[in-house]
Amino acid sequence: MKTVKSAAPSTDNRWRIVDAAMRRLGFQPHALIETLHVTQETFGFLDEDALRYIAATLGVPLSQVYGVATFYRAFTLKPKGAHHTCVVCTGTACHLKGLPEILAALEAELGLSPGGSTPDGKAALMTARCLASCGLAPAAVFDGKMVGNLTSATALKRIRQWVEHES
Amino acid sequence: MNPEELLQKNVSHQLTAEAHGHDVRVCMGAGCMSLHSDQIKSALTAQVKQHGRDKSCHVKGVGCMGLCAAGPLVSVEPQGVLYKEVTEEDAGEIIDSLNKAPVARLICPTDTPFFQNQMKIVLENCGKIDPERIEEYVNADGYIALIKALTEMTPNDVITQVMRSGLRGRGGGGYPTGLKWTTVAKADGTQKYVICNGDEGDPGAFMDRGVMEGDPHRLIEAMAIAGYAVGADTGYIFVRGEYSMSVKRLRKAIMQAERQALLGKNIFNTPFSFQIEVRIGAGAFVSGEETALIACIEGRRGVPSPRPPYPAERGLWGCPTLINNVETLANIPSIIRNGADWFSNIGTRTGKGTVVFAMTGRVQNTGLIEVPMGTPLREVIFDIGGGVPDGGTFKAVQMGGPSGGCIPEQYLDMPIDFDSLLEIGAIMGSGGMLVIDDSASMVDMAKFFMEFCRIESCGKCVPCRVGTVQMHELLIRFSEGTATERDLVLLEELCDLVRHTSLCGLGQSAPNPVLSTLRYFRHEYMAQIRPDFGANGVDTHESRSTS
Ligand SMILES: Cc1cc2nc3c(=O)[nH]c(=O)nc-3n(C[C@H](O)[C@H](O)[C@H](O)COP(=O)(O)O)c2cc1C
Ligand code: FES
Repeated sequence: MKTVKSAAPSTDNRWRIVDAAMRRLGFQPHALIETLHVTQETFGFLDEDALRYIAATLGVPLSQVYGVATFYRAFTLKPKGAHHTCVVCTGTACHLKGLPEILAALEAELGLSPGGSTPDGKAALMTARCLASCGLAPAAVFDGKMVGNLTSATALKRIRQWVEHES
Repeated sequence: MNPEELLQKNVSHQLTAEAHGHDVRVCMGAGCMSLHSDQIKSALTAQVKQHGRDKSCHVKGVGCMGLCAAGPLVSVEPQGVLYKEVTEEDAGEIIDSLNKAPVARLICPTDTPFFQNQMKIVLENCGKIDPERIEEYVNADGYIALIKALTEMTPNDVITQVMRSGLRGRGGGGYPTGLKWTTVAKADGTQKYVICNGDEGDPGAFMDRGVMEGDPHRLIEAMAIAGYAVGADTGYIFVRGEYSMSVKRLRKAIMQAERQALLGKNIFNTPFSFQIEVRIGAGAFVSGEETALIACIEGRRGVPSPRPPYPAERGLWGCPTLINNVETLANIPSIIRNGADWFSNIGTRTGKGTVVFAMTGRVQNTGLIEVPMGTPLREVIFDIGGGVPDGGTFKAVQMGGPSGGCIPEQYLDMPIDFDSLLEIGAIMGSGGMLVIDDSASMVDMAKFFMEFCRIESCGKCVPCRVGTVQMHELLIRFSEGTATERDLVLLEELCDLVRHTSLCGLGQSAPNPVLSTLRYFRHEYMAQIRPDFGANGVDTHESRSTS
């Protein structure tokens, strides 16, 4: 079995979590996606140092690591800027039950569009492909908390609370 | 020793449930969880303590009970009552009433078609057992099929049973499961793999999630049986990245099974060894396609490869690989336990067993349901589903998501199975069922699905990469009312081209929602064509004014 052959990018203890993930799968190239998952969970995003380190440790070309990291929607190469996130479901049932109107309201009232954040950068709006809570469509997750039967009014209220609370 | 005795002897912790007077089940399915049923469970547990009933009452979390629309749901056994729209404040009253009459204002009637007209095989334990405890699964006849297979049947016997049961794949294609198992079993090679496809990419489906979260041991048992039948010693469950609860429950279940020697080396002291690993998807619809999924497990970009070779011959790391959908596998323990004849007596001539639907959209009883194949859609939507709420009128039902089609009123009495649906331009698909009423535009629905395919196209082949963009552009024109008659011709040509020349199922089926809405709701497209645009796409208005 291979051992860790390149040094971690920093002395940050969190790299141990990443190392453990790679070790668990025997530092095999096929551990790549698992490792990226763990790294992102640990650091919040994948920076160049992380990609280089993982490439060297698993013996995978950096180009392939970059290719995989940019192919899948779950991975992000940029740090999450906003304090608060709202993830709206863009699945079929939510679409049918009024998500477009809610998105329009967020855009009109708060200047918030999918992938963007409020002008003060405090709240970000993201989308997810079906949160599998179609029974409660339209649904969204506000800072990790799922809210069903969403209306424009409740969505606006929740995001306004974040924005106003912090100023 | 028969399988039952073996299990009794080996699963050391015996269930204490029987000793308890009452079983209070709180739905921890995705729908109810989003209404914070976890807090209701805590409140109920606290109330049990407060009432000093720790010994005679057991509060537990269970998988999706099905009627998500009325959530959060709580049921009490052996009273046999179901409570709907429960809040934390109701906890005291519910516990208080255990030995008295149930809390009338919360009762959800269960003598309705929603509960009476269903038939549960895949979901038989969902909403009943605590998915985090192996003892409860064993108590519900779990793992008996595995032990029966290992101790009383040859791999060939197992395959024969699956073959004779008539089970067909529930992942979309409807391929005969027994045939697939035979191919893998016969393939050359000493190393083989079993993969359970839990990617569930259709943006309106949550059946597989229901099983993975509500009855994870069922999948583990099924995969081990499959491994035994085809000669594999390793299995992977590939779970959609967003399903963190599924991942957690599956991992826990695997650990429990290993501890009971139901997984690992020499299962139940037989020569058969089998291990399972969970792999997490990273958000790409196309990675649910089998060759792409294999690439994903190998740590590469999840793009599909041309078939043949099929994974059954050359799959994971070049080895023969059996890949089946979650719902397909979830049928296996019941088939082995009850026999192929039992299973093949359910359903239609070409579609055996049951089918699970995630019913959503403009329908009263949104949720997870399971009915025998051959049940007419009208019964599913209007009896079980309770019809369209708020005085709306039924317009169509969309099945199969971005790869499927819509079915209008006139076909509602047709018995559903794989073939009948194909005939009318829809597919059984993965089981997403979206009810559409007259407030929705079919052009808009087609546009929605095309946008999905455009974004999800992996870009490997040209027809799909370019075609979905062009078709989406055309559909935008229709939805905005700026389309021309020529656009309609173009759209139909593109549908034909993309369908026949794309590399994988994503592109090949991307035109389906357009084709089926064009077939049954062509007038909605016609109504969006600008009258002052000529047949050749030239704006007659403009040409007149400039001349
Ligand atoms: C674009 C695309 C996406 C797919 N997504 C899934 C999926 O999420 N889950 C699934 O079980 N099968 C999916 N399939 C089908 C698989 O390729 C494969 O046929 C299936 O897992 C086989 O299992 P079965 O024989 O049990 O149906 C998809 C196919 C295509 C073309
Ligand atoms: S999630 Fe509770 S009934 Fe479906």
